[in-house]
Amino acid sequence: MAEPLLQVVDLFCERDDRVLFDGLGFSVFPGEILQVEGQNGSGKTTLLRILSGLSRHYEGQILWRGKPVSEQAESFRRELLYFGHQAGVKAILTPEENLAWYAALDPGIDLQQIPYALNAVGLRGFEDVPCHMLSAGQNRRVSLARLYLSRAPLWILDEPFTAIDKKGVAAKEALLLEHARRGGTVMLTTHHELDLSRHVRRINLDELSGT
Amino acid sequence: MPRWFYQLASPRWCYQITGKLLPGFAIAAGLLILFGTVWGLAFAPPDYQQGNSFRIIYLHVPTAYMAQSIYMTMALAGAIGLIWKMKVADMVAKSCAPIGASLAVLALATGAIWGKPTWGSWWVWDARLTSMLILLFLYLGIMALNSAIESESTAAQSTAVLALVGLVNIPIIKYSVDWWNTLHQPATFKITEKPAMPPDMWIPLLILVIGFYCFFAVVLMMRLRNEIIRRERRSGWVRELLMQQRG
Amino acid sequence: MPMLETKLQPLAVLEPDSDTEYRPGRILLLTLKRELRLALRRRSDLVNPLIFFLMVATLFPLGVSPEPSVLATLAPGVVWVAALLSTLLAMDSLFRSDYEDGSLEQILLSPQPLFVVVFGKVLAHWMMTGLPLTLMAPLIGVMLFLPAEGMGGLVLSLLIGTPTLSLVGAIGAALTVGLRKGGVLISLLVLPLYIPVLIFGTAAVEAAVTGLPVAGHLALLGALLALGAALAPLAIAAALRISVSG
Repeated sequence: MAEPLLQVVDLFCERDDRVLFDGLGFSVFPGEILQVEGQNGSGKTTLLRILSGLSRHYEGQILWRGKPVSEQAESFRRELLYFGHQAGVKAILTPEENLAWYAALDPGIDLQQIPYALNAVGLRGFEDVPCHMLSAGQNRRVSLARLYLSRAPLWILDEPFTAIDKKGVAAKEALLLEHARRGGTVMLTTHHELDLSRHVRRINLDELSGT
Repeated sequence: MPRWFYQLASPRWCYQITGKLLPGFAIAAGLLILFGTVWGLAFAPPDYQQGNSFRIIYLHVPTAYMAQSIYMTMALAGAIGLIWKMKVADMVAKSCAPIGASLAVLALATGAIWGKPTWGSWWVWDARLTSMLILLFLYLGIMALNSAIESESTAAQSTAVLALVGLVNIPIIKYSVDWWNTLHQPATFKITEKPAMPPDMWIPLLILVIGFYCFFAVVLMMRLRNEIIRRERRSGWVRELLMQQRG
Repeated sequence: MPMLETKLQPLAVLEPDSDTEYRPGRILLLTLKRELRLALRRRSDLVNPLIFFLMVATLFPLGVSPEPSVLATLAPGVVWVAALLSTLLAMDSLFRSDYEDGSLEQILLSPQPLFVVVFGKVLAHWMMTGLPLTLMAPLIGVMLFLPAEGMGGLVLSLLIGTPTLSLVGAIGAALTVGLRKGGVLISLLVLPLYIPVLIFGTAAVEAAVTGLPVAGHLALLGALLALGAALAPLAIAAALRISVSG
């Protein structure tokens, strides 16, 4: 098998006097879709925040392409797309302006692709409407449009399908699959039943955490 | 990095070593402070200008001195905690703040008590007293931030950053306040500018300063041990320790 | 409107963009543009600190005395203290909205150097608070009978001093962004750090009033600004990473 993209070794994390995981270890390979499962409060979001580098409350090692993430934070961030609970959409900017800001933060994005991305998430015709006039689902879609723009191989998606309708979810699932086919990796949490479940590898935090 | 540095990082080792050091420092602090105080208050000659009221410096100077040194200690410990993610350093920094703040309050209070007979009022905007007041504000800010943040490690890191920012600022504040003080009418007496103190006056002062250092070490170790026990309460060695004490 | 394909766009090639140049100047400019655009769409946030500035200055004649000679001696300090409190008032909002809607997470995870983005945000914030305050200061100076000779010193000292206030205040804002009630706490953290700027700022105005040269005072304020501009963005960046991690 190919070299793992991301390796988690002996991860320990404690939150509010409760051990979330202890001795957690797994590897993620290129072309994989990995779903993190577990009950509410099992630490799914915490795990994704740790892996993305947002949270530093952990002990243990995280290796990216075989080297510790902490030693190559900047190049890791170039290869990462993170989608969190808050969509990161500014309400007083239009979808187009929001995405232009993402393009500024990630120079790998081609500005010319923005209209296509907005079209792909079904926001055609809303390009210059301020986001506070859009629905919750549409706001999430603005942020999901980043998936069409990014060149990052690793996608970390925390509940990406919240407030997205059925058709939208199907389109996103197809997108995840295509991303995996071109060698990308997806780590996600979701409460949706995925149609692509047979392509998905699962990690269950309830079983893994050694409490 | 030497081995003792890593050992220091272990709360358990730190708890044991401080347990051994504590009695020695406590005895030293007690003896030095007693000796220095008796010498300073009863045997040192009175000041030719201020008479006996100058004797407050035997309390004022050590406390003012300690308030500043403790800030340095706190900032240094905070920096170590930030850079090497060392839990014990975080705990040291956290334990320092209230001690430093209390000593700053003492320094201000003794300054005020000295001010009454010397200047005729409880408070004068003397450069040193003003700087001490600002130092107290810095301590209070750090303590407020520490208690406002729930997560213990976030609180430690945030306060460490603030303490370091304060550390960069302290010389600037000191310089600006001194400058401001000379610009406006300076007080005729400075609380601690004695060009030539006879040895009979400054030796007890020196003894007291050393005594207060030991006192700080004692209080710091006691607070640190409390903090270690509190944070490590669920670890095996603390449970064993408690069992031993009960049994 | 060009016809757009509704099917999936071919995804971009998965190549880490090692060829893309990371130019700090570009992201600084884009940050400034974004922040100014955001500020201009929320105009009330712009005006509030200015009104506050005016109100605080009005309190002094009411609280102390309307006597011109009394006010004239107080004026340099009053204008400076009012400016200091107004910048502080606006500080809490600096990172809060970005924190609440998740934009801050994206900024932290971007490969762009964080301290540059942060510097851009602070600069934009100063252009929207410190700069208008500086421009408004002569008006308050007139209301407080500040002699005309002092006006130049007042404007110049505020122009050089207020950016330092924004930089230092931003450290407080970054440290408290994760807390629900950051507002009062920021003041506690930041006010002691403002003291040198206040001292040199008012001294510059007083020197100008009495006809003494102000260049030395302004140079000191400039030195503080240089130090702040060099170090504060690093502290702010570190503080933001800590706050978001918490």
